[in-house]
Amino acid sequence: MKEGFRQAMAWLHTWTGLIFGWLLFAIFLTGTLAYFKGETSHWMQPEIPARPLNAEASLTLAQTYLQQHAAGASRWLIDLPDARDPGLGVRWQPAPARPGERGQFISKTLDAQTGAEVQARESMGGEFFYRFHFQLQMPYPWGRWLSTIAAMVMFVALITGIITHKKIFKDFFTFRPRKGQRSWLDGHNAVGVLVLPFHLMITYSSLVIFMSMVMPASILASYGNNVRAFYDEVFPAANVPEPAGQPATLAPLAPLLRSASEQWSGGHVGRISVNNPGDANASVVMSRAGSDRVVNDAGSAVTFNGVSGQIIGTPSQQPMAMAVAGSFYGLHMGHFAGPVLRWLYFICGLAGTAMIGTGLVIWLGKRQLKHAKTGVMPFELRLVEVLNIASMAGLVAAVAVFFWANRLLPVSLVGRDDWEVNAFFITWGLSVVHALFRPGRRAWVEQLSLGAALFVAVPLLNGLTSPYHLGVTVPEGDWVLAGFDLTCLGSGLFLAWAARKMQRAGHTVSVKKTAREKARPITLEQGAN
Amino acid sequence: MKAKLAALPMSYRLAVTSRVLAAVFGGYLVAALASVTLTLWLPLNRAEAVVTGMTVSFLVYLVAVLWCFACRSAWSAWVGLLVPSVILATVSGAARGLGLA
Repeated sequence: MKEGFRQAMAWLHTWTGLIFGWLLFAIFLTGTLAYFKGETSHWMQPEIPARPLNAEASLTLAQTYLQQHAAGASRWLIDLPDARDPGLGVRWQPAPARPGERGQFISKTLDAQTGAEVQARESMGGEFFYRFHFQLQMPYPWGRWLSTIAAMVMFVALITGIITHKKIFKDFFTFRPRKGQRSWLDGHNAVGVLVLPFHLMITYSSLVIFMSMVMPASILASYGNNVRAFYDEVFPAANVPEPAGQPATLAPLAPLLRSASEQWSGGHVGRISVNNPGDANASVVMSRAGSDRVVNDAGSAVTFNGVSGQIIGTPSQQPMAMAVAGSFYGLHMGHFAGPVLRWLYFICGLAGTAMIGTGLVIWLGKRQLKHAKTGVMPFELRLVEVLNIASMAGLVAAVAVFFWANRLLPVSLVGRDDWEVNAFFITWGLSVVHALFRPGRRAWVEQLSLGAALFVAVPLLNGLTSPYHLGVTVPEGDWVLAGFDLTCLGSGLFLAWAARKMQRAGHTVSVKKTAREKARPITLEQGAN
Repeated sequence: MKAKLAALPMSYRLAVTSRVLAAVFGGYLVAALASVTLTLWLPLNRAEAVVTGMTVSFLVYLVAVLWCFACRSAWSAWVGLLVPSVILATVSGAARGLGLA
């Protein structure tokens, strides 16, 4: 590290990118899929019917259901249906959570029009990708820590990457296709620079989201042992009265929707939580729908007395610091985004995923060149190659298998939702084994082809296993379900193209090698393609 | 770089390890102390100051990490983190002494 500043930064970029690249690729890909969380869940639970939205009617149905099934619960949560996810979700907590623990909830989904319990197949749906992208299927809180550490590394890799590319704007307009290693680098720079504001926003905001977990020093310094007080000040809605122990009838909830909406000058309610229902000290907290505004504001909730229906807590003015942190949160989640913006989020996310993927390929390609003559790769390069294949092509195939498992596993299977997730991880694990035993390029082609075949066939599979195939959804204009099928089809075609490219690049190398021995520098570069 | 690394002397590897440790742990220390100092000195109410301190801390962490790999030697990486740490600790201690916290 005796070199100059830029070389030192390039070194840091290379190695942080390599070591965390595989994990970041998985986080970015699943996080990108999570932008269509609701749509994915809807596709994966086709039994939940999409109904015309009517918040008042749905809320009345939810209240009736909960009064029948969860009268003595300490807390109810009601999630109103929206255009993306049509289910009316009700959850309740039979007993209060002990301090410092997360409460146990029973969760049911209702038909938004009839109020009947929907017997949907057990499935995590899009929630799986969302959860995986920051919990990494690890016990609380380790996954959150690891993903936040990965985010910090990503932040370092991004900034060092910017420093390394001094000619950032010139590079952006440079793309040299069909030039092997060069094209990968140009592609890496293009997807990096093109959506750079997105990369910076998404990375920094992910740190802000978990800041009180990973950087609690200032909370401890300012609040000492009374950390609870900090959360109460930041999330004022959490202050709810204790149960009085005297029974009282809960006020009808539906009329409160209008009062809450007036407090937000016409905003929409997303979630309703009822504390101590049936008690004299019942309270109702109406939280604003995330689709209403960019800035996430925990203090915007309206609290009602659950018996009289009087407003007891109105939205407080969000202080500047919280508004800044809240806007990072809101920008990261993208709840506010309409269809066009949501697709833009999705594309930017894919660009980020591609940036990480191309970076990993470049790292290996550069080093493979030196060993191309002998044809024998050192252990560490072979390890990187296997991890590259499994973490990219293998992961994509695993996502497809997750969707297949959703349609093929019997509905009556015990722990069905877990088996969907298991299918995902088994496939991913097998992709490592496969990559170990096959030559690098073959493994790439085979895994990409598998992913391509599985994704292209998703609309067909959906047609065979559910009544909502493209022949029905497109004429009806049901773009949530049709969009899912078409996106899978498009992804499959893209993977098929990638597999073909990979195979062809392999062929040109072998053909050229026999035809013109002297053309080694060029063929070698293509070998790294 | 990998092929080169095999031929690199042990002292180089130790220096890189030392820089990595400085960046990860020393950087965290500076970031945490910076968030505390900001929290204690900012003329905002408690919760706001805490949120501001936490939000900014990651930028401090970033700069600290870059410093660890940009400076001339592994020793200067440590010195460059420990000096600001001492200063920040003193400044936040002073805030306590003045009764700001």
